[in-house]
Amino acid sequence: MTDLACDPGADLPQLRERLRPLREIFLANLILTSEIPAPTFGEEARARFVLQRFSEAGLPGGSLDEAGNAAVELPGANPARRILVVAHTDTLHTAAEDHAVAVQPDRLVGPGIGDNAAGVAAMMTLPRLLATLGIRLDATLVLLGAGRSLGPGNLGGLKFFLDHAKHPFAAGLCLEGLELGRLNFASLGLLRGEIVCRVPRDYDWARFGPVNAIVILADALARIQGIPLPARPRTDMVFGQVSGGTGYGRAARTARLRLDVRSESAATLAEVEGRIGAIAEELAHGTRTEIAFVPVARRQPGALPFDHPFVREARAILAGLGLEPHIEPSMSELSAFLERDIPALTIGLTRGENVGEADETVFIEPLFDGLAQLLSLLQALDRSGRPADDD
Amino acid sequence: MTTEDWLARHTFHHGDFWDLLAMIREKERQNLTLSLCIPTLNEEATIGKEIVIFKSELMDRYPLLDEIAVIDSGSEDRTCEVARSFGADVYRSADILPAHGTRRGKGENLWKAIHQLKGDVIVYVDADIKNIHPRFVWGLAGPVIYRPDIHYVKAFYDRPLAFSQGVRPSGGGRVTEILVRPLFSLFYPDLAAMIQPLSGEYAVRRHVLERLRFPIGYGVETSHLIDVHRQWGMAALAQTDLDQRVHRNQATRDLGRMAFGILQTFFSRARDHGLLDVHAPLHTVLRQFQVQDRDFEQVLHEIVEEERPPMIEIPEYRAARGLAGGDG
Repeated sequence: MTDLACDPGADLPQLRERLRPLREIFLANLILTSEIPAPTFGEEARARFVLQRFSEAGLPGGSLDEAGNAAVELPGANPARRILVVAHTDTLHTAAEDHAVAVQPDRLVGPGIGDNAAGVAAMMTLPRLLATLGIRLDATLVLLGAGRSLGPGNLGGLKFFLDHAKHPFAAGLCLEGLELGRLNFASLGLLRGEIVCRVPRDYDWARFGPVNAIVILADALARIQGIPLPARPRTDMVFGQVSGGTGYGRAARTARLRLDVRSESAATLAEVEGRIGAIAEELAHGTRTEIAFVPVARRQPGALPFDHPFVREARAILAGLGLEPHIEPSMSELSAFLERDIPALTIGLTRGENVGEADETVFIEPLFDGLAQLLSLLQALDRSGRPADDD
Repeated sequence: MTTEDWLARHTFHHGDFWDLLAMIREKERQNLTLSLCIPTLNEEATIGKEIVIFKSELMDRYPLLDEIAVIDSGSEDRTCEVARSFGADVYRSADILPAHGTRRGKGENLWKAIHQLKGDVIVYVDADIKNIHPRFVWGLAGPVIYRPDIHYVKAFYDRPLAFSQGVRPSGGGRVTEILVRPLFSLFYPDLAAMIQPLSGEYAVRRHVLERLRFPIGYGVETSHLIDVHRQWGMAALAQTDLDQRVHRNQATRDLGRMAFGILQTFFSRARDHGLLDVHAPLHTVLRQFQVQDRDFEQVLHEIVEEERPPMIEIPEYRAARGLAGGDG
């Protein structure tokens, strides 16, 4: 084992410099990953590329599962202690978009390059990074490119993997390309659903008068917006999408509102869901239309304590890199871990801009801090599980 | 060899060479060295990605390439800076063989690369490819490495669009289909089997490259094929399908200039080979026209397809490679 791996206070700036010769290896992984379209439920080509990279790194035992995940084990000295490193492979971009990446001396530009090609590239480059820097871990790493994560995917890939894993995980680490300095150890609870309003085929226009699904939906929206949300526990609501009708001049027969409610409290989420349901029921009764709230995803809130050893280590590493930790609850893969009582963190790897746009950008220089953070944190998670006399 | 035989034995797909480790073992067994040459002129938008991908995949990860060099014609943008920042060797064309002067044109860069680069095989790849991938190099190097009879491998790009029939037309761009392939069919019918004769990506053995004349402009690809065919026969040529190539689309007017240069190169060779009688000297001005309302304006382009001699005739080259008759 190298000095670096033995020394918990390893010099982070030095580690960052030792990563520089691997720049082209990492950037090529990032470019090639990002140029493979991977819309949610359509991640297979990208997942296959992840497996190919694992195989090229001397890890031929990778597998592609039915939930779109690409996974491989990087055996450590202790096969019983397993740390899961996960990066979601899916993106917000459709396969029809131009996924070409432009490379400039200080940045890379392309749709999804930060969210989350950079996270996937870091995960798939880990075997090479560890081997080149001579870092050997005691724990067995499981590297997972998780599919079906975003939107309607509802973390489906990671949940499937955790629910079907043969062995338990001691820790989880979620990799997001953006934004370097983020440190998530709390997961907001989520209620995601849609209000669907339909005028039934047998609606009696002569008896009940003209009706319009959009107008009813607007009423529903106004009432839902009036639901009081507590400042503590922190709770908010996001109206994400409205659709309905068929065009000009015809009263809409259907309308749909998609929304998220997010809260630190499961009880608050349950209360808000009850109120939304009651609003839908009342409007359905009053208008003689079909209107209902249909939940499509739920996540339980959870958190590691602020003084949890993982959180302490992660904050110390960020401080060692001269970075101010940006701490806030996350909507990422973290919740799937915390729901299953697996201690986990989410970190970011670089800085960027224009997230979600065709010209999404990641900057190259901060990547070295991000990768140094990742390696250092993995060593810390690894140490935390060893017997005291082994340290 | 019939065209059908040639197509069957000399046309490849990049997927035929997926096993890079095996290819590297074979390259090392033969003690071959491979250089990649990227000729540039104001390519800052695409050059960085090409260098990153080729350096990572074909030098650091799989050591297929011994050298990656950019030969620049005097870019006014950040092409050289970007290429250098990602680890390429960058040379200004004007600095190579300075006693022989400087011409402006892609062929000039390709010719000077023979002197500057070290490899037994040089792979040329254009700098304007948006969907660059390591297959652009390994697909061209493969036939040269595995087949001692093949000296010159040209890229072509099949575009797998949806067709209702089982057969899809394979072909080149507009200049290929309306100029070069008809000319080849008339005068050098064997060469009509080259699916994309004007593609800018090819891998060539040094002993062939150093014996070729190099038009400095548009005619370089056409002349190479004719000259290799003439000196070594179709058996020395091959082509590899690299799937898709995404690049800038050129305006029809620009293609007119390209066609004009190609025709000059073509006529000079057909005349030398006794295939064509051209009694008067050819004009060197292309006349194009533009119209605004009822005003017609003539736009003149002076295009002279000057040619560089075979590199093996250059004293500095002979000296650098220890050949008799060199400067030293």
